[in-house]
Amino acid sequence: MILRKTVLAAGALVALLASASVGSAKPAAPANSGAAAPVQCSTKLLVLRPHYPDPVKPLAGAAGALSGAGSTFVAPIMSMWAQAYSKKGTNVAYQGIGSGGGVSQIDAQTVDFGASDTPMLDTELAAAKGGPILHIPLVLGAVTVSYHVKGVASGLNLDGETIGKIYLGQITNWNDPAIKKLNPKATLPDEAIAVVHRSDSSGTTGVFTDFLTKASPAWVAKLGAGSYGKVVAWPVGLGGSGSNGVTALVGQTKGAIGYLELQYAIAGKLTYGNVKNKKGIYVTPCIATATAAALKTSFPADMRASLVWKGAPNAYPITATTFALVYQKQTDAAKAKALVNFLTWALTTGQNFPATINFAPMGKILQQRALAQINKITLDGKPLVKIPISYE
Amino acid sequence: MTVLMTVLMIAIGGLLAWILLYVALKGIHALNWGFLTDTPPGNPSDAGGGFYNGIIGSLIIVGLATLAAVPLGIGCAICLNQYAGGRIASMLRLVVDVMLGIPTIVTGAFVYAIWVIYFGFSGYAGALALGLVMVPLIVRATEEMLRLVPRDVQEASYALGVTQSRTIVSVLLPTARAGIITGVMLAVARAMGETAPLLLTALGNDLFVETNPGNRMSTLSMQIFTGATGGFTNAQDRAWAGALTLIVIVLALTIVARLVSRSSAVGGR
Amino acid sequence: MSTASHGADVRGARALRTQRLRLADTAFRYLVAGSAAIITLAFFATAFFLVVKAVPALSHYGLFSFIDSTRWAPSEAAIAKPGVNPYGVLQFVYGTVLTSIIAMLLAVPVAVGLALYITDVAPVRLRKPLAYLVDLFAAVPSVVYGFWGIFALLPELHPIADFLIRVLHPIPVIGAVFAGPFFGPSYFAAGIVLSIMILPIITAICREVFATAPVAEKEAALALGATRWEMLRISVLKRSTAGIFGASLLGLGRAFGETIAVTMLIGNSVLAISTTIFGQGATMPSIIVNEFTEATEPYHLSSLFVVGMFLLLITLIVNVLGKLVVSRISETIA
Repeated sequence: MILRKTVLAAGALVALLASASVGSAKPAAPANSGAAAPVQCSTKLLVLRPHYPDPVKPLAGAAGALSGAGSTFVAPIMSMWAQAYSKKGTNVAYQGIGSGGGVSQIDAQTVDFGASDTPMLDTELAAAKGGPILHIPLVLGAVTVSYHVKGVASGLNLDGETIGKIYLGQITNWNDPAIKKLNPKATLPDEAIAVVHRSDSSGTTGVFTDFLTKASPAWVAKLGAGSYGKVVAWPVGLGGSGSNGVTALVGQTKGAIGYLELQYAIAGKLTYGNVKNKKGIYVTPCIATATAAALKTSFPADMRASLVWKGAPNAYPITATTFALVYQKQTDAAKAKALVNFLTWALTTGQNFPATINFAPMGKILQQRALAQINKITLDGKPLVKIPISYE
Repeated sequence: MTVLMTVLMIAIGGLLAWILLYVALKGIHALNWGFLTDTPPGNPSDAGGGFYNGIIGSLIIVGLATLAAVPLGIGCAICLNQYAGGRIASMLRLVVDVMLGIPTIVTGAFVYAIWVIYFGFSGYAGALALGLVMVPLIVRATEEMLRLVPRDVQEASYALGVTQSRTIVSVLLPTARAGIITGVMLAVARAMGETAPLLLTALGNDLFVETNPGNRMSTLSMQIFTGATGGFTNAQDRAWAGALTLIVIVLALTIVARLVSRSSAVGGR
Repeated sequence: MSTASHGADVRGARALRTQRLRLADTAFRYLVAGSAAIITLAFFATAFFLVVKAVPALSHYGLFSFIDSTRWAPSEAAIAKPGVNPYGVLQFVYGTVLTSIIAMLLAVPVAVGLALYITDVAPVRLRKPLAYLVDLFAAVPSVVYGFWGIFALLPELHPIADFLIRVLHPIPVIGAVFAGPFFGPSYFAAGIVLSIMILPIITAICREVFATAPVAEKEAALALGATRWEMLRISVLKRSTAGIFGASLLGLGRAFGETIAVTMLIGNSVLAISTTIFGQGATMPSIIVNEFTEATEPYHLSSLFVVGMFLLLITLIVNVLGKLVVSRISETIA
């Protein structure tokens, strides 16, 4: 029942997007699955507002300031949320210091909530000083593979193995035959590839290396057990601090290639490529393809799941969600209420904002599961809210 | 050869002009009244907005650091100049000189270890780190000034029956006042420009004006750093305006400090 | 009232006042000594806590394993075999030393030239303004240097780097140091900006050293028919080598500790040492500022404190040496 509704919703979404797209060559319909034709996304910003209802009244006695830190992937949308939410009386101070920083600081309880694009590891959860931590997904986004190559526009076809070899330093020039094979019609210049990665502990790195682990045998062969994580032993490349830093480096360095969230690529006016997904189709990162990947993901009870390399024809293979990391057992009443209020708002009214800056709002089911996580937050042993959950 | 040296001097002057003019030209574009009074926009790639929260944060954190560093620094300099004997004085002087050379990032790591781990990121932690950076500068400047006060002024005061402490407070310090103010202003200028220790202690607060030093705060230098290392041209523009503002503040402090020292009652350099 | 008792009152009042004054005097002395004590305590506490926080990693991996390895791979800490240290810091020491050497090679000759010019060649009226001019370099904050470096300097460096690569790379043996490609952020770029930043301190100390050259000797050389440059070489430079050395040491100490401008320009590549100056790397301060607030791996934060400890050590050694050399010179003159 749920599955049928999900498929219907996905189909409706796809049909809506297909009919609304203007000037794109091919609609995002699954009719061309199997062929190597790239999936085009509309270049017009689609403003998708789910208008989720606000199920409960905000709790009274909430603190006037909240402190959060972590993922730079989610920073643009978090910033918009904080700006809008400050009118409700609570200032949410969020600092993008990388998902690793978010995990580290929530473990040490120096912030009220953390944010990470990859779920926390068991060792990180064990090190948390305040007890069990809840993962609450907030928004969906796509990690692009952006580049700065003379004469090459957006839409270069790249697959996992090629990207892996580039990041291993085995492919060093843009006119390498491996890249040419994927793009017979493109003119690739004789330009050295400047690999750009993150210099800080990053959930975006975690998502990207998760993709490489699943899609690039060469990457796994070289890095072995350390091929995936927020911090990876990069064989080559320049390090940028935060998604912001990678955006800057790719924009300023000739021949650069880097992985960064879609909004950073668009706002930073970077060109980015189509990545081959599990079904063999080259998919453009956009709201629709990120949503498609999320629809194909099943989340376990603790919500720790990966949205990478999903098997839908129009699923973008490097999709991620950012998790808010909050302690289940809260001790400060004012802070706890402010947290619950802000997160509930972000998951309901807040979901109208992401599409305006190229993030994807969460689908109904994921949104309800996230709200269900909020129900688990307790203060002195008693849950703080009882948000009605419905998966219909 | 002397011609070569003249050319070198001109070249170096040109280099300084290049740096300052580049910052000025890039910064003038985005510098308007809104920049000084607005906070950054919600969407960081949007145009407009400003670094008001950073400016306020800088004033508060550097202000707190100065409040702590000035009495400590002047007190230590007085101790060196008036009370400490040979061995202790030279050891104390060595400690202060060594403190001058400690990289500010190490000071930041130290404050993280003793304060942030227990009390979280805050303006106070940032002020503590900056205070530790400023103290040796103030000690050295004050001590040099006190040394320049002629000994007979002090002797005359003693001859009149004034106690040592009273002499220091009423005679010595006012005489050296200009030099001490110079030293303090230069230390403040240095602290305004610091970024590294603050990244480890105050962490930053990009969106909101925070006036409570118990919470995380942002400073002008940190906001410049974030905008400079990022990829959004609008954020970079704001950072240039911030850099121009910072340079203007620091240069103003430096130049005024020099002018004050020239009007000093003793040995104006 | 009898004179005697009045006298006793006055003496009593004076005694009380003297006692109060003496108390105030003593209190003031303790206050002042207290501030000196606090400052001394702060210094030793810095060193102490650095070591204390570094001890867990040091005792787990052993001191030498840190300087033995060039591989800094925190991601391998949880899966590393016992006896293997994933936190090798050698490439940070390399990065710090290499950028500082590049900075010194550029800054010391320029500083000596500037100092000579300001003390002896420039017109007298211009000497103070020119000295202020060079000192102004020190007023520019580090973050502004980094910012300017990225946008103004890097584009200008491309042709220079390409030229150096074309000319010097083919040379056997040392050619490897000049291998391309040049992307921008590199040891080279960081070294150049660093040289600008340490220029004022080296120039200032050289100026002081050159100013102590006895006028009589300079006049004597000129009287014997030496050109201006010969006079400077004989009477000023020859006797100032120790002073220049001391100034260089102090500049080196400053270069070691510079964080933000270097981080913005060095490329932040931490895995291994890059043999070419056009490659990317990291320094001890840059790795601390990059990874400090997010060190979640086992012994990661402690290893960063080890890096901080090394940094503090080499900076202190170089600074103290420099101070000793420079103070010895001012002693012999005075």
